[in-house]
Amino acid sequence: MADTLLSVRAISKSFHGLRAIAGASFEVEEGHIVALIGPNGAGKTTCFNMIAGVFVPDEGEIRFAGGRIDGMRADQVCVAGIGRTFQLVKPFAGLSVMDNVIVGALRRNKHVDVARRKAQTILDQLGLTQKSDQPASALTLPDRKRLEVARALATEPRLLLLDEVMAGLRPTETDQMVAIFRNLNREQGLTILLIEHVMRAVMALSKEIHVLHHGELIASGSPDEIVRHPAVLECYLGEETV
Amino acid sequence: MLLMAVLTAALLILPAFADTYILSVAILILYFAYLGQAWNVMMGFCGQLSLGHSLYVGVGAYVSAALFVHFGIQPWLGVWAAVLACMAAGAAIGVLAFRFGIGGVYFALLTIAFAEFTRIGFDHLRWVGGSGGFFLHVAQREFNDVLALRGSPAMFYYVMLVATVAAFVFCAWLLHTRIGYYWQAIREDPEAAQALGINTFRYKMLAIVISSGMSAFGGVFFAFYYNNLFPEQIFSMSRSIEIILGPIIGGIGTLFGPILGAAVLTVLAEGITELMAAFGWEIPGVKQVFYGACLLAVIVFVPRGIWPALARCLGLESRGKGPRDG
Repeated sequence: MADTLLSVRAISKSFHGLRAIAGASFEVEEGHIVALIGPNGAGKTTCFNMIAGVFVPDEGEIRFAGGRIDGMRADQVCVAGIGRTFQLVKPFAGLSVMDNVIVGALRRNKHVDVARRKAQTILDQLGLTQKSDQPASALTLPDRKRLEVARALATEPRLLLLDEVMAGLRPTETDQMVAIFRNLNREQGLTILLIEHVMRAVMALSKEIHVLHHGELIASGSPDEIVRHPAVLECYLGEETV
Repeated sequence: MLLMAVLTAALLILPAFADTYILSVAILILYFAYLGQAWNVMMGFCGQLSLGHSLYVGVGAYVSAALFVHFGIQPWLGVWAAVLACMAAGAAIGVLAFRFGIGGVYFALLTIAFAEFTRIGFDHLRWVGGSGGFFLHVAQREFNDVLALRGSPAMFYYVMLVATVAAFVFCAWLLHTRIGYYWQAIREDPEAAQALGINTFRYKMLAIVISSGMSAFGGVFFAFYYNNLFPEQIFSMSRSIEIILGPIIGGIGTLFGPILGAAVLTVLAEGITELMAAFGWEIPGVKQVFYGACLLAVIVFVPRGIWPALARCLGLESRGKGPRDG
């Protein structure tokens, strides 16, 4: 354990002169669940998009499993072993739920039949089996979030990037999701990096939390340390969380 | 099942009963069904709108005709040269567009532009007759020679029937492979597709190359069936539109849509022409107006095309097992 799977070193990114991320560095150990939190506009999703190959960092480097991945295309990053979900869900609306997940499963399995079996087990895990024949466009938002996760999992990633998959879920649904990720982490050793506002989920899942504010990393530590960190309380969590 | 059997039998014995006119209409239906299927690979499966498919039909026609007229190379050989030439043309357009991220309407404009300047190019290409047209000599034959594409209308009918069935089977197979799934993912959401590890450039290239290669055969058939080629006609924008109307009206992205659409459109258009002739009227452009009306009706009443609506009525609706079956 405790090998570094993902390391982000001093990455920066500006859009039209607006600095979205300024020299942020952090690491994700293999087998850990790590959270990235912070107020809206702190640069969390920008950070994700750089890891996932959507944006190229202006400065700094990103290493995954020893190799540099900054500058790779999104599909190459996926092939390297990073799966991601989108904050604004992007289901293949015209395809069935099953076919959505099959597309993901085809990453590691060339044959559709094999991919279908793989997709079936993942749909079972996420409780979407009942809906597997429905078109993805017919799903409710919580189910669409589950579908995002299912599709990303189907690519068999070593690292899963979750971008606000709990947002809009009811507390019981959140707890279900938390249980799913815990299981995946414990049983398959899946490493997870999540962006989340739902502190209930963040506290229940993560081993380590990094806090972004105005594009800068202002705190890193265990959940207990973070909720007592003065700077974090001031800019994000507020006093009542303690 | 019974319906399918009856339909198959009817298609097989049609030339024995139909007169020349009916047969020519049937050939036209198959021709447009085939080309619609080819176009559907790009737009229906992969979501890339081409409005310049007449380019591939024209290039395919001219390549095979030129090889035949100038070098005596038979069409069964020439067709491969035509297919390769069209694939190269498709690949060139694809690289230009997809490498530089040109999509949607701009991609469609690019395909029109290529078809147009190819038309202008052929207008001035003396070697194949220029704007005056290029003609294949028509020799009376005692028997049908399929390999030379010389023979009776019935032979042309069977050739096109086989091609249309083959295209259908090929497309049905493609849809159920990884390629088909990836194309549909790209059609639905390119960004999400890429996040799932799909090299979108490669798969879009594959779609345009397969589609253009398939279209080439349509062109070869056209050249040897009609025996005359005019750049003004074969490369014209309206030809491209005629190709895509079938699948749009029948149902984009479905396997039966292009066939159904071609049948409906051709039969109705011919019917109208006949009707006008019966009344002794001759109004130029009535066919185009009619196409427009059909398109309007489909958009208003069955926006996904006739086939999906019909399939629902017949209870054939795919239960989400495969990607948009049939």
